[in-house]
Amino acid sequence: MSDAVVPHRSEGHQAPAGWFRRALDSDIFYSFRRSRLTMVAAAITLLFFLLAIFASWLAVQNPFDPAQLQLINSRIAPLWTADGQSPFLLGTDEQGRDVLSAILYGLRISLAVGIAGVVFAGALGIALGLVAGYFGGVVDSVIMRIADVQLTFPAILIALLVNGVAKSLLGNRLDEMSTLGVLVIAIGLSFWVQYARTVRGSVMVEKNKDYVAAAQLIGLPAPKIMFRHVLPNTMGPILVIATINLALAIITEATLSFLGAGMPDTMPSLGTLIRIGNNYLFAGEWWIVAFPGIALAGLILSINLLGDWLRDALNPKLR
Amino acid sequence: MLAFTLRRFLQAIGVMLAVGVIAFAMFRFAGDPVNQIVSIDTSAAQRAEIRHSLGLDDPVLVQFGRYFINALQFKFGVSYQFRLPVSSLLAERMPATLELAIVATIFAMVAGILMGVYSALRRDTILARLFQAVSLIGISLPTFLIGILLIYLFAVTLGWLPSFGRGEVVKLGWWSTGLLTVSGWKAIIMPAITLGLFQMTLIMRLVRAEMLEVLRTDYIRFARARGLTTRAIHFGHALKNTLVPVITVAGLQFGSVIAFSIITETVFQWPGMGLLFVQAVQNVDIPIMAAYLLMVSLIFVTINLVVDILYTVVDPRLRSTVGRAA
Repeated sequence: MSDAVVPHRSEGHQAPAGWFRRALDSDIFYSFRRSRLTMVAAAITLLFFLLAIFASWLAVQNPFDPAQLQLINSRIAPLWTADGQSPFLLGTDEQGRDVLSAILYGLRISLAVGIAGVVFAGALGIALGLVAGYFGGVVDSVIMRIADVQLTFPAILIALLVNGVAKSLLGNRLDEMSTLGVLVIAIGLSFWVQYARTVRGSVMVEKNKDYVAAAQLIGLPAPKIMFRHVLPNTMGPILVIATINLALAIITEATLSFLGAGMPDTMPSLGTLIRIGNNYLFAGEWWIVAFPGIALAGLILSINLLGDWLRDALNPKLR
Repeated sequence: MLAFTLRRFLQAIGVMLAVGVIAFAMFRFAGDPVNQIVSIDTSAAQRAEIRHSLGLDDPVLVQFGRYFINALQFKFGVSYQFRLPVSSLLAERMPATLELAIVATIFAMVAGILMGVYSALRRDTILARLFQAVSLIGISLPTFLIGILLIYLFAVTLGWLPSFGRGEVVKLGWWSTGLLTVSGWKAIIMPAITLGLFQMTLIMRLVRAEMLEVLRTDYIRFARARGLTTRAIHFGHALKNTLVPVITVAGLQFGSVIAFSIITETVFQWPGMGLLFVQAVQNVDIPIMAAYLLMVSLIFVTINLVVDILYTVVDPRLRSTVGRAA
């Protein structure tokens, strides 16, 4: 990789391969072991990821498959109450869907959309930030003006607008999977600004350093210098933003689905489940909304706590 | 001073123009307006005629000019769902949203300042820790979950407050207000708390941090030396100095409060602009979406402009640095 061309990589430039090992015996891992709250948050986050990955083995039914749902089983209370029935640990909803299975599958959708949204926003923001910071001038001011304007609007408004426009362009061709794609794009377009600003700032500092001049001198093309040499040095803050944005992206997806502009009832995410369950709150069927709500809140809270810790741990001023 | 104001004003117009282009593009290219008007069995000739009568076969620039001039007169076209002018729909629903946003902001400021002052003055008490925990929850929980929780507690379980609508409203000219009836006040409590909670935590953290900072300054120490009562020092001197940033934040946040009322209005079925917008997104009612975007942008841009200009009026130090980043 970059080893051959970068003469002094010990000065701040970290090769990706050694990064993980170095992190394990670094201050970061030390501060991780010292904070019990962070360890609990990490454990809960990991648990949620595992539940999502192994959803199809853990769930008693596939909630996306209408053939497996039976109306006789509708609106059964959780197992520990008087009206509970096995195997429905957390009860069932109106369509006879097992709430626990729906949560496991919904968790999968929420995490997938959240992660894909963050990756898309990150890729877009990093690319635009690199270009803006590296080239400067007109390109820089155009990109940053757009960023300024977008930053004045809340992400949820932009995501809703993107969603509405996509719906009107695609019309009836919008099935479950393309809805998923639209959500990812909507989230990506709402959250790229922070990455772009951060990357641009670090690039403007980095590009005046000797190693960039050396790379330019031996005639490397600009894209290679940007992605191979400058980008790795801006990764610390990006990681923090990505973690905190993952929580925000999951909230945004859940909010869109709750507002009826996200995942459809046939392939529900946690937000969709909460919207469905909300209709049965007054009938006293609290479990249909409560458990998806608790799952969403727990997921967001633990990711947020991880993000807060990461921000403090990577901030040299706080050490 | 004048140059700065003029510059900011031009910037604001630039932003509005950019948003106008986006709104027009949505209006014109996302979804064919003709298809929304005609039925399935309308012939191609009739479609072409409607297209011509709507001016949809003019050059794009002419159409944009027309849209722009109409927008300046608050004419945003006709809603696909309701078959009514968008402007009258928005005007009808604006009072509900503005009342909710104002009550939520006042709640956020009063509760946020009280909690912030308390947790700064009595830092290690149980109540102060509780406030910190509440603020963590207020920042991490999605708005709609908080709303549902409140509905379950106060509407379903206790039955104290209504779970939807804005109660009885009184007409004052074109403005309909729910703030003159008991049922209106009962109906606004939960939506206002839900909407204001995030701002409340923001203000609470800000007041706490500012108070702790101010209490360390020399003039507070001097006030103590003068033998003033603790009460006079805390509230007459310390709190007063924390209020400028608090009011700034509350002012700047007012635009977000209006935008975030989309979620709160959906949870509580509050008949405001936000609910109208969500229904428009669900039913692909582009004219309403475009008009809402323009309205909210106008509010955002105006607030930012006013705050920036007020800064230079209040703080003369800013006047010399004209080229300050916006």
